[in-house]
Amino acid sequence: MADRPVPIAEKRLMDVKLGELGTWLGGRDFTPNGLISAIRKGHDRYYNKYINVKKGGIGGIAMLLVGYVAISYIWEYDHISKKCIFSYNFP
Amino acid sequence: MTLSFFDQFMSPTLLGIPLIALALTLPWVLFPKPSSRWLNNRVLTLQSWFINGFAQQIFQPINQEGHKWAALLTSLMIFLITLNMLGLLPYTFTPTTQLSMNMAFAVPLWLATVIIGMRNQPTHALAHLLPEGTPTPLIPILIMIETISLFIRPLALGVRLTANLTAGHLLIQLIATAALVLLPLMPTVAILTGALLLMLTLLEVAVAMIQAYVFVLLLSLYLQENV
Repeated sequence: MADRPVPIAEKRLMDVKLGELGTWLGGRDFTPNGLISAIRKGHDRYYNKYINVKKGGIGGIAMLLVGYVAISYIWEYDHISKKCIFSYNFP
Repeated sequence: MTLSFFDQFMSPTLLGIPLIALALTLPWVLFPKPSSRWLNNRVLTLQSWFINGFAQQIFQPINQEGHKWAALLTSLMIFLITLNMLGLLPYTFTPTTQLSMNMAFAVPLWLATVIIGMRNQPTHALAHLLPEGTPTPLIPILIMIETISLFIRPLALGVRLTANLTAGHLLIQLIATAALVLLPLMPTVAILTGALLLMLTLLEVAVAMIQAYVFVLLLSLYLQENV
């Protein structure tokens, strides 16, 4: 069964194919209202899929925390990569 | 060499945004809103249980007037405990290690309790400066001491939280460095140091929760005196 053709800019992020990513980003709404509504919709989708379920376990929050650690690492990469592990000044 | 141990307390920036901005907004994401369902999901149930139990516990000794502070103190407690616990994850930044932030919590709230006391019941509030049953010659000195202790309260609140968390993070980093350096040289000692590190991390988890609780408890005590 084929899906109905939907314009690329209006697809959900998980349905966008890698090659279409540029077109998708170009067509999105980057006004403050648009950004806030995008964040809110994303949060609602995540919440309703993983946390707001009948027998939710630790997985829903654990994924959020692991994502937070990963983003913190990316944030600090610049600062950490300049350190030499084999010197006394490492920490 | 000691200066580099304090690097973990400077929030690095990516594209001009400091990491503290992400660390401060994360607690908002982790706590879902109560819904209008009769039976909620597990996370929301646990959260409601914790919030209601905590509010009941803290506000039991305070009179009816003070219950207006329930939302403020409960949300402060949740915020502090989340910030402290999230800071124990690897690579994350703990905003409560910054003295500026803790003083920003402590001074306005303490000042609010003092002003409320002075405005609504000035005699009663001033009477706190002299404990019952002091011998007469000691009265002037004791009033000065109590005034000083009154003004040191916000400083103590802020510095207590900062110092506890900063010291904990520094200890973890020092002992982890020691374990890492000892590993190729004396593996047994390194394993013992690793066990020490494990116990220290458990202590840090406890300290994170206790310090947040102590902060809010002391504020509720100051409120109880004055409201």
